[in-house]
Amino acid sequence: MDFILRKSLRALLTLCIVVTLTFVVLRTSGDPAIVILGTDATPEMIARFHADWGLDQPLPLQYVHYVGHIVTGDFGTSFLDGRPALTVVAERLPNTLRLAGLGFLLTLGLGIPAGVLAALNRGRLLDRLVVTGAVLGHSVPSFFLAILLILLLAVRWHLLPSGGANAPEAIIMPALTIAAGGMGSIARFTRAAMLDALRQPYVRGVLARGVSWPNAVRAHVMPNAAIPTLTMIGFLLGSLVAGAVITETVFAWPGIGRLIITSVARRDLAVVQCIVLLVATTMVLANLTVDLLYGWLDPRMRAPAQEDR
Amino acid sequence: MTAAPLLSLQSLTVRFQTPDGVVDAVAGIDLDIRPGEILGLVGESGSGKSASCLAVMGLLGPYASTTGSIRFAGQPIAGDIATLRGRSIGMIFQEPRASLDPVRTIGSQLREVLHLHRPELDAQAAEAEAASLLRRVGLPEPARQLRAYPHEISGGMAQRVAIALALAGNPRLLLADEPTTALDVTVQAQVLDLLSRLRDETGLAIVLVTHDLGIVAQYADRVAVMRHGKVVEQAPVHTLFARPSHDYTRQLLAALPRSEADRPAPKPVATPLLRVTGLARHFAQPRGWFQPAAPKLRAVDGVSFDIDAGETLAVVGESGCGKSTIALMLAGLIGMTAGHIAFAGRDLGSTSPAERRALRRQLQIVLQDPGEALDPRLSVATQVEEPLLIHRTGGDRAQRRETVRATLAAVGLDDWALDRRPHELSGGQRQRAALARALVLEPSLLVLDEPTSALDVSIQAQVIDLLTRLQRARNLAYLFISHDLRLVSRVADRVAVVYLGRIVELAPTATLFANPQHPYTRALLSAVPEPDPDRRGRTRILLQGEPPSPTALATGCRFRARCALAQRVCASDDPSLLPAEGGAQVACHFPGGAG
Repeated sequence: MDFILRKSLRALLTLCIVVTLTFVVLRTSGDPAIVILGTDATPEMIARFHADWGLDQPLPLQYVHYVGHIVTGDFGTSFLDGRPALTVVAERLPNTLRLAGLGFLLTLGLGIPAGVLAALNRGRLLDRLVVTGAVLGHSVPSFFLAILLILLLAVRWHLLPSGGANAPEAIIMPALTIAAGGMGSIARFTRAAMLDALRQPYVRGVLARGVSWPNAVRAHVMPNAAIPTLTMIGFLLGSLVAGAVITETVFAWPGIGRLIITSVARRDLAVVQCIVLLVATTMVLANLTVDLLYGWLDPRMRAPAQEDR
Repeated sequence: MTAAPLLSLQSLTVRFQTPDGVVDAVAGIDLDIRPGEILGLVGESGSGKSASCLAVMGLLGPYASTTGSIRFAGQPIAGDIATLRGRSIGMIFQEPRASLDPVRTIGSQLREVLHLHRPELDAQAAEAEAASLLRRVGLPEPARQLRAYPHEISGGMAQRVAIALALAGNPRLLLADEPTTALDVTVQAQVLDLLSRLRDETGLAIVLVTHDLGIVAQYADRVAVMRHGKVVEQAPVHTLFARPSHDYTRQLLAALPRSEADRPAPKPVATPLLRVTGLARHFAQPRGWFQPAAPKLRAVDGVSFDIDAGETLAVVGESGCGKSTIALMLAGLIGMTAGHIAFAGRDLGSTSPAERRALRRQLQIVLQDPGEALDPRLSVATQVEEPLLIHRTGGDRAQRRETVRATLAAVGLDDWALDRRPHELSGGQRQRAALARALVLEPSLLVLDEPTSALDVSIQAQVIDLLTRLQRARNLAYLFISHDLRLVSRVADRVAVVYLGRIVELAPTATLFANPQHPYTRALLSAVPEPDPDRRGRTRILLQGEPPSPTALATGCRFRARCALAQRVCASDDPSLLPAEGGAQVACHFPGGAG
């Protein structure tokens, strides 16, 4: 119980820091009035703009209002089209969730079994293939892979559309692009974790008690190897979002990755703020889930760390 | 002895493919184990005793090949060993906790094995059987232990659990590979007594693999001595100890430190070389957010002793008693919570940094595992030279090189060793190099933290001889930390017995071994397996349970929870170290057992 509480409080604290940092960074990175109204705007126009958006108030007061609004679910209004920022983001969100979700499933669904099989066939052909593939996967930059896929599958063979989200099969290339790097990392990491678990004395102990090899792998080696692999999955969620920004841009995928690029360029503070907070919250929740799963998988984690004597 | 053998090995060989070529770990052995007997399989590391057991179980891994015949109950077992594992032959290993799956409860691991070998049991019956197995191996509160994870129980309890797991399928033969090597001596006695009792009750045959001839003498019916992958001698235990026929067996027996103290009692000196008073080290405990502050872990809690020039003081005790913490504090490697260390009459706490540095040079430390204490990337010469550079002594390069060479020669390493890296040396040579590194500054006191416990018996004897020679030649004083009482009786002038961070008895070696005053000392001495099969009948004082945690110390005497003599006064008053018979000092309300 104490374990869950500790982790949850830590997550909450992280969120508070994120909310504050977002405010500080966005208010100190240039005046949105000048960007939106242009450099030849008169001082009166700028003052009007400031008054309209509450930017003429002292920073601490702005901060109080900002926090108050966020807590009540009000993320401000887009400077550009006047709609609530949350609405602007929400209409793009499902696209990104679909893309990142499929990418994540591909990453785990292909990466983990590949790593497990490689470890169980250590030194054989299958192992070498997986390791080579994994190195390729996470060393090829995603924009390069994206362009390569477009060139081959869209331009040359006309198998898939080169961009957009209109056809259902349009998701295939961006999802593959997002998944490639993570797949490589997770395969290598799973392989290393499996090899480490296979070396542990308890495997010999379990076999000596008469448990068959497949059962020993399933019931003892894999649960133990899952513990370090889980940490890696937590990190992967972060790169997934970063990957979405690039991938959505290359494939003209109408998700929040592309939205954030246009919003940053135009200083649409409310939208940027909304996306940053959304992404940060996702990350914090993902890491909290990983931490809690960790405690569930590894009984040694539930107690506070013991100091070495 | 005409019973048909239960397990019969004929011309068994085990060959490992290693990157450095082929290694014949077992080079053709013939061995029979009869029903209900305990066969002691002894030998030094690498002699092939573990490999033989693993070969029987078919657990050698993909890089080993086995030839020869293995027959169990008359039937050859070649391909179908997997069906015999756990059901006909069980096995337990050296590191008991490591042989349990860390992420599953003890109950879940027991149920897994029961489900496998006794599928007729339903869930409820399996649960009951699991509890009864734990009771059989002497675990208190089986219902609670079933829900515990391996990291929540002690090493001794983990070995009992491993035994319960091995017995779940009712095997007729148990292979025990160094089952007590990782355990403390009092716990070792409990586990070995348990194995012996199980044999008496159920007729279980046991192969007891060990490097400790004392264990063999106390528990085995028959002994096979292995060396370089061969069985060099096989005999009933009494015959082997009385009339060893092979040279190697005679060497092993001769290398044993005997429990007879033959050193003259030291004479007191006015100013001791080292005076330690009230030394203590407490560690803060981690705690949860909504829990009250955890009590401090009192690793060392008020320890005082003197060491004279040229004298050896041994500090003995079980793991976790604080003996290594004492060594680290003396060497200045960790700070102390309280107390004073005075070296040659100067308090290290109140001297100037420069003087402290000069005094520290006189006091060096040698650690337990030379493989870990030496830097794997630096040559021996560089590492032995380093202290000279740190302390800016030893003159120019050529002079330093000469000093290094002379020091290495003093510990029995010739010029060949100069440019070797640690992995090119044997365990004994590594410990000599580590010793040279400590000696190169010509200290007057060496702190030796379990200097031989990582070494084989015969190498251990050589290193001890070397230490004795060096002591005489250089008038060195030793603080000798050890858990091995037999060894201590051979090297020490005086012995301090430590229990839970306190010295409970401090006495000249001869007095301590002949007439131990503290009940803990008596229990410790009686738990040591003596390498003499004729002394099996002696009455032994077996301690129950294991030392309590040094965070949850009760009032009064620290030992009272495990003490047979405890009275009301022991619960209220903490006994202090007071003079007793024969120059001993004892911290006990009823020294000598007078209750």
